[in-house]
Amino acid sequence: MNLTKLLAGTALALGLATAAAAQDKTKVGFIFVGPVGDGGWTYEHNEGRLAVEEHFGDKVETVYQESVPEGADAERAMTQMALGGADLIFTTSFGYMDPTINVAAKFPDVKFEHATGFKRADNVSTYSARFYEGRAVQGHIAGKMTKTNKIGYIGSFPIPEVIRGINSAYIHAKKVNPDVEFSIVWAYTWFDPAKEADAAKALIEQGADVILQHTDSTAPQAAAQEAGNVITFGQASDMAEYAPMPRVSSIIDNWAPYYIDRVQAVMDGTWESTDTWDGIGPGMVEIGEITDAVPAELKAEAEALRDSIGAGEYHPFTGPINKQDGTAWLAEGEVADDGTLAGMNFYVEGLTGDIPQ
Amino acid sequence: MDLSSINWILLLASLMVAATPILLAGVGELVTERAGVLNLGVEGMMITGAICGFAIGVETNSAILGFVAAALAGAALSMLFGLLTQYLLSNQVATGLALTLFGLGLSALIGQGYIGIKGLEVAKIHIPLLSDIPVLGPILFRHDAMVYVSIFIVAGVWATLRYTRAGLILRAVGENHDAAHALGYKVVRIRLMAIAFGGACAGLGGAYLSLVRVPQWTEGMTAGAGWIALALVVFASWKPWRILIGAYLFGGLTVLQLNLQAAGMKVPVEYLAMSPYLVTILVLVIMSSGRGRAHLNAPAELGRSFHASS
Repeated sequence: MNLTKLLAGTALALGLATAAAAQDKTKVGFIFVGPVGDGGWTYEHNEGRLAVEEHFGDKVETVYQESVPEGADAERAMTQMALGGADLIFTTSFGYMDPTINVAAKFPDVKFEHATGFKRADNVSTYSARFYEGRAVQGHIAGKMTKTNKIGYIGSFPIPEVIRGINSAYIHAKKVNPDVEFSIVWAYTWFDPAKEADAAKALIEQGADVILQHTDSTAPQAAAQEAGNVITFGQASDMAEYAPMPRVSSIIDNWAPYYIDRVQAVMDGTWESTDTWDGIGPGMVEIGEITDAVPAELKAEAEALRDSIGAGEYHPFTGPINKQDGTAWLAEGEVADDGTLAGMNFYVEGLTGDIPQ
Repeated sequence: MDLSSINWILLLASLMVAATPILLAGVGELVTERAGVLNLGVEGMMITGAICGFAIGVETNSAILGFVAAALAGAALSMLFGLLTQYLLSNQVATGLALTLFGLGLSALIGQGYIGIKGLEVAKIHIPLLSDIPVLGPILFRHDAMVYVSIFIVAGVWATLRYTRAGLILRAVGENHDAAHALGYKVVRIRLMAIAFGGACAGLGGAYLSLVRVPQWTEGMTAGAGWIALALVVFASWKPWRILIGAYLFGGLTVLQLNLQAAGMKVPVEYLAMSPYLVTILVLVIMSSGRGRAHLNAPAELGRSFHASS
């Protein structure tokens, strides 16, 4: 009897002690859609996580789970993380939107941050980067560089984020090259190197000499390299190992400053639900070095475009722009509002094919 | 739709490349299962083969050594499974699943230093004379050696199982291990050899991904190919040539649907994306149901442990 009491008492004391110790440290969780070594999207989120550790040192503890499927299993992973004492959880893929909202409702004291979504709650913030600003620069380079006038685009899922990128790239390629055509292939995956490589090969075999990708692995870069005269752009990460050819530039997501900011807010108790959508200006989207495979003149043009977007002088979606069916969307000089952009589900005029619904 | 923009010859040629990883893994698993062992660790052995093949291939600058290393690595990992299930009599399903998880983690660990490194060029073999035949030449006779090796393995497995004493013994062990034991065959030893063969083939399949098809190392790059190979074995009702048909059908439709998308085909993309899975299952099920005895093809002792005392 005595022994039981003693043991129970000790256990209680230990429990309190660990709880107290845990309170000193802010625990930050990350849910990743791919492996941290994908060289693209998840890799950059993990870099952000490492930056948080570096910045706060002992005051923070980070945990992460990689390759979490989008869907029911994501709820399990988040619940586990919340039960494990996480104070702040970043869920870093569009498909985690509903699971994040569901789990957040069960853990009102835990803060959630969902990347690229649009559903918020008192303890759920959303954040995203204006990748389409980078896509505008890519489209400009792609339109000038293509010789076959055929540009291949590997899409992941038909969601607003991806469609925005396609539209932005197309508008700016068309602007400098009226004959340009886009072939769009939907891979229905964020990460499957073999399938991404096959998609790139299919596009190249059909005459595309520029490959844009909105999937996470570097496989399309390898396929383009094998084919020879094809250029690509790094997606989400610099993918500099494929420079100077085929990778001539890239869009880099830099999440570190945002993550550090938000962790600080949790520590200070000032965290509240917000909607952040930053682009080239604040540095959340960076344009990777444009290599010498691009003529110097074109490089200067692209950099000027980047700088004018960054300075807020130019918006990639500036009218006149019509929708695919020919109806007017933006009048001359009119700029797209964030609401329409966030839910974009239509192609602009000139693109062929239908968006899978 | 502009079907003329599809280069059908190149498409049929890339079909064989797309199908080879699952073909190799599938035929290896077939041998394992015919010996009565269900190894669900194909995915884990494939990805381990992928990184070991890539690492050794890059370090030695030799694709052949890469493939040999991949086969050895796959076989070594499968021996872990063999030890646990054949000597320690652990549950095969659970052990196989654990092997997949272990392989994914192990490969990520080994692969730390190989992310973003360029792969090597694997030479394509132009078979003299045959490769000059119009149409058929580029489709069939201008591939890298592994494509032909995979077909030889399928043919070899078929001939061995059907015509040789060794094949008969292997099947006997899979159909009734007690009877095979009573006849004096070393059930555990034979099963271990079958498991090792399955592991080596899965390793080769993985290395084909990282050395030829993609070609680079990325964590988790098999992305479910091992599970497709496992399903293929069942739908092919444990017959080697049907695995070949199934794998080529699956690989072909995967490549075809991407080409149709790129050509702007007016069919909803969702249907195109699911077609490889649907058509492969349908065709193999119809083939297997013909004589109404498909269930007889499953090895009777599949997934059951053997111990000489029982």
